[in-house]
Amino acid sequence: MNSTIYVPQDSGALSLGAEQVARALKSHGERLGAGTRIVRTGSRGLYWLEPMIEVDTPQGRVAYGPVNATDVGSLFDAGFLDGRGHRLFLGPTEEIGYLKNQERLTFARVGIIDPCALDEYLAHGGYRGLERALEMGGAQIVGEVMLSGLRGRGGAAFPAGIKWKTALEAYAHQKYVVCNADEGDAGTFADRMIMEGDPFLLIEGMTIAALCIGASQGYIYLRSEYPHSHRTLERALELARNRGYLGKNVLGSGKPFDLEVRLGAGAYICGEETAMLESLEGKRGMVRYRPPVPAVKGLFGKPTIVNNLLTFASVPIILEKGGQFYKEYGTGRSRGTLALQLAGNVKRPGLIEKAFGVTLNEIIYEYGGGTASGRRVRAVQVGGPLGAYLPESELDTPLDYEALAARGAMLGHGGVVVFDDTVDMARMARYAMEFCALESCGKCTPCRIGAVRGTEVIDRILSNAERTTNVALLKDLCETMKFGSLCALGGLTPLPVLSALKHFPEDFGLSPERLEAAQAP
Amino acid sequence: MRNSPDGHEEAVRSIASSLRYKPGALLPILHKVQERFGYVPARSLAVIADVLNLSRAEVYGVVSFYHDFRSEPPGEHVIRVCRAESCQAMGAVELVAHIKRKLKLDFGQTSANQRFTLEPVYCLGNCACSPAITIDQEIYGRVTPRRFDDLLAELEGRGG
Ligand SMILES: Cc1cc2nc3c(=O)[nH]c(=O)nc-3n(C[C@H](O)[C@H](O)[C@H](O)COP(=O)(O)O)c2cc1C
Ligand code: SF4
Ligand code: FES
Repeated sequence: MNSTIYVPQDSGALSLGAEQVARALKSHGERLGAGTRIVRTGSRGLYWLEPMIEVDTPQGRVAYGPVNATDVGSLFDAGFLDGRGHRLFLGPTEEIGYLKNQERLTFARVGIIDPCALDEYLAHGGYRGLERALEMGGAQIVGEVMLSGLRGRGGAAFPAGIKWKTALEAYAHQKYVVCNADEGDAGTFADRMIMEGDPFLLIEGMTIAALCIGASQGYIYLRSEYPHSHRTLERALELARNRGYLGKNVLGSGKPFDLEVRLGAGAYICGEETAMLESLEGKRGMVRYRPPVPAVKGLFGKPTIVNNLLTFASVPIILEKGGQFYKEYGTGRSRGTLALQLAGNVKRPGLIEKAFGVTLNEIIYEYGGGTASGRRVRAVQVGGPLGAYLPESELDTPLDYEALAARGAMLGHGGVVVFDDTVDMARMARYAMEFCALESCGKCTPCRIGAVRGTEVIDRILSNAERTTNVALLKDLCETMKFGSLCALGGLTPLPVLSALKHFPEDFGLSPERLEAAQAP
Repeated sequence: MRNSPDGHEEAVRSIASSLRYKPGALLPILHKVQERFGYVPARSLAVIADVLNLSRAEVYGVVSFYHDFRSEPPGEHVIRVCRAESCQAMGAVELVAHIKRKLKLDFGQTSANQRFTLEPVYCLGNCACSPAITIDQEIYGRVTPRRFDDLLAELEGRGG
């Protein structure tokens, strides 16, 4: 009998020993002559169970985890190849509550298929979106994307359809599509999971975009911190080229499109789209003034669609099933599904794809199971390093763009980082300023100088030097950064800082009354 | 430009020449140079500038902008520790302190015997397995001070 074992090779699983597990499975299987086949997949996103392996049974796939290489012998002894019981037995994978209650549209295949098997991608519905797009004109494709209500998943939440329309209507012989795979926000890993778990999805989404606006060349700007993603992407690109999904004549359409991966070099600011374009041009990652927007004048001065990886990855299903289908998910002006990345001090961290509108409480308690430390949740940072810190009392906030904005917060790329009650929020505020100072591109003074001053001011507050005056100074400085910065690095760093100050004044050595008293001079 | 006795210049020139036709070739060239030497030697800047028809200052400006490019050779093993928020929530501050103590290094330093280089990193995308570090090409998650010591011992044990 030939059994199939699925072992993830996602970075997260690898960081917990998945490679050793795969090796042990192989050698045990060979020794027993069990005729096992090992398929490497992405991660299902249930990271507290990683490395999580699965086996095919007549009842479907069954999971075991977290597996250590030393558990492999006992798994064979227990008959795991037939889905039998074991200490690490988790039951049918699809029935695990964390997964079952999700609405996986973008992540439908991640963790299930071999990321580098194009035939599996096709067998699981891949490239149907492109096939439909090939029958449509650019304006029709834009129409579907507009109808879907898809907004950019990189942070700014700009409607994708409008961006594409602008690039479509811009006249030029050469146009580009660029994928923002810089994924710089701490607490986020969804882009990485797609690259390592379903790279053809990204390739398909970018090909549809290219077809739509008439671009013949695309770039994936990948952060250098993701070597595994890099390897998987390169392999997938090669396979797509070999089978005519990329190249001079995409699927016989007569239209050329090819893709190249370019590596970043450890600069957070290069996630900002215009800094990224500068970087792709071989320059320092300095933010550009706008207008013109990249859709009109982008890479090498040509019309360019820059989208986050998840934005592109959402497009194939929109084209396959129609904009209306996608739009049925979500709430208000936040349509479709949201890839939440739950991390930090939480019992069950992972990837949760749900329609917009789920609350932080549901995510943190029902999915996450509360803190990993078992202590009280004290603060939650939503939306990466430029996102606000919310106190426990605001965890009833629904996760959609507008609801968060109403609370002075933002969704960003969908990262949710939980802190327990041992956190020192003044230290987190200081870190936010320090990070801004470290990563500032230096183009504008409020950000370049302000962040350095901000760190110093917080240090003075912490050493109890003229607290009230210095808190007033900090607030004033934040105002200057907010209004005087060219981009969101300088403009939004005040968000984590001021929210920490507002909700946790005691960590700055202030009572709420004294915080009130510290008005900007 | 004169030939360098150690072949450094030739190597850089050949890397730069093979990539110069790419649009925006500078970053790919710098990555290749660092991959080859472990850092971007100061003397390679003039060679790259020459091949790309840029000024040395322009090349220097780019190299110095990006955190990844080192100006000094790293140790045999490069250890990078995530300092970002999710890892902080799971004890990265303590882990960093432990690692610095253990290696007797601060961030950005290389041990005198050229054994280790310690660098900070701001998220490895492994936040669901915080705290995270990398040792050379390998990534590790849920790293406690104890697990770090084990990993280090393993490294020393391999003598590699
Ligand atoms: C400091 C800064 C960092 C950013 N980092 C990223 C990033 O890592 N990934 C990303 O997709 N967008 C990032 N963005 C947002 C991009 O500028 C841009 O809005 C996005 O790539 C557009 O794609 P979207 O509309 O699909 O979101 C960043 C913005 C700023 C200001
Ligand atoms: S706000 Fe900071 S990062 Fe943004 S453009 Fe200004 S200096 Fe550069
Ligand atoms: S915050 Fe440390 S890996 Fe993301």
